Amino acid sequence: MLDVSVSYNRYRFLGNEFLTWLWFVIEKDQGKITRPEQEMVSLEIGNRIVLENDRKDAVESITIKGDDAGLEEGILALRKGAVVTELNLFYKVGDQAWHFTIKGESLNMASLKVPDTGGIESRKDLEGAVIEKAYLYNEAIRLVDNLFKEFIRGKVSDDWNSKIVPLVRQWIYS
Amino acid sequence: MGSLSSNVSITRYKVEGRVEEPVIETIYNGLTQNAIVTTNDDISEKTVGWTSLDTPFDPNFEGSSFLIGTHLVFSLRVDKKTIPPKIVKKHCAIEAAKRLAESGREYLSRTEKKMIREHVMSVLILRIPSAPNIYDLTWDYEDSSLWFFSNLKSANEELETLFSRSFNLTLIRLFPYTMAGLTAGLSDKERDILARLSPTNFAE
Repeated sequence: MLDVSVSYNRYRFLGNEFLTWLWFVIEKDQGKITRPEQEMVSLEIGNRIVLENDRKDAVESITIKGDDAGLEEGILALRKGAVVTELNLFYKVGDQAWHFTIKGESLNMASLKVPDTGGIESRKDLEGAVIEKAYLYNEAIRLVDNLFKEFIRGKVSDDWNSKIVPLVRQWIYS
Repeated sequence: MGSLSSNVSITRYKVEGRVEEPVIETIYNGLTQNAIVTTNDDISEKTVGWTSLDTPFDPNFEGSSFLIGTHLVFSLRVDKKTIPPKIVKKHCAIEAAKRLAESGREYLSRTEKKMIREHVMSVLILRIPSAPNIYDLTWDYEDSSLWFFSNLKSANEELETLFSRSFNLTLIRLFPYTMAGLTAGLSDKERDILARLSPTNFAE
């Protein structure tokens, strides 16, 4: 493995490409968002998406926010060569919902909201809450991990250039 | 408790290395030896140490209280004294005027001004209380994974330093490249390809 700070900067494009690919998956290939338990799951774009285009000399940033914001400007930005650098997601399993934002360069999770848990009045409640919250956080983390695995396996395969990228381009220009 | 609030941020780590047996005792020692210590006459601008999740202002790790289920749960506390620049400027001006009046001179040298500033800072630092910042963490020892409930760069850097000092273990921050290399289950051949990857232009 390379030095951490070197690899963070050199491969920061991986996270942005992952989020761009993820938007494509959400729009065109929901089958990838599966769970072994076969519960009803859905993943949607939430209320914020940030794109960046650094293909020219200056970095151009486009932010789309709002609960019912149209994403056409984002598609237009993709056509001009932008990638997604930040994505707010809405994940639903059965009647439980998770909201969170992922940043491309770090894949850190921010503004993570999980389904409600019980109140805390005693040490026993605290222990229960920690375990329950850990389980709920892990659901969102597991989702991102599985999707990232799918993405990176595609990225290092021959299919990336021959099959996956053409499909993403087809979606961008459709 | 940040980790139990309704809205959290998480930075993920892989823990490299194993804790010396007996694990719980080793972790207890690491926590107590590096627990935050605060005194009223503290002259340092910043104090960093571990504290307990449920009593962050009175660190207590007795009875393995940091062990919940299969998780090790505790908090990083960073107490910081921040003196507003305008206060420093005001006190420096007062002190400089006093020195000028005493010496009968019109100007102070650069060295004198620097000494005045250092004196003012040392006096103010004793008078200003530190503001505590508490960041929870959840460490899954069996899985060698750790969630730190903050995305703040400075807090993450404090965590990495203190964790290494306390437990003699290295935290590897998980970001796209380290996730791909360490947690995505790639083969050696795929990892070689990963190292040679370049950006894709989706807009060709």
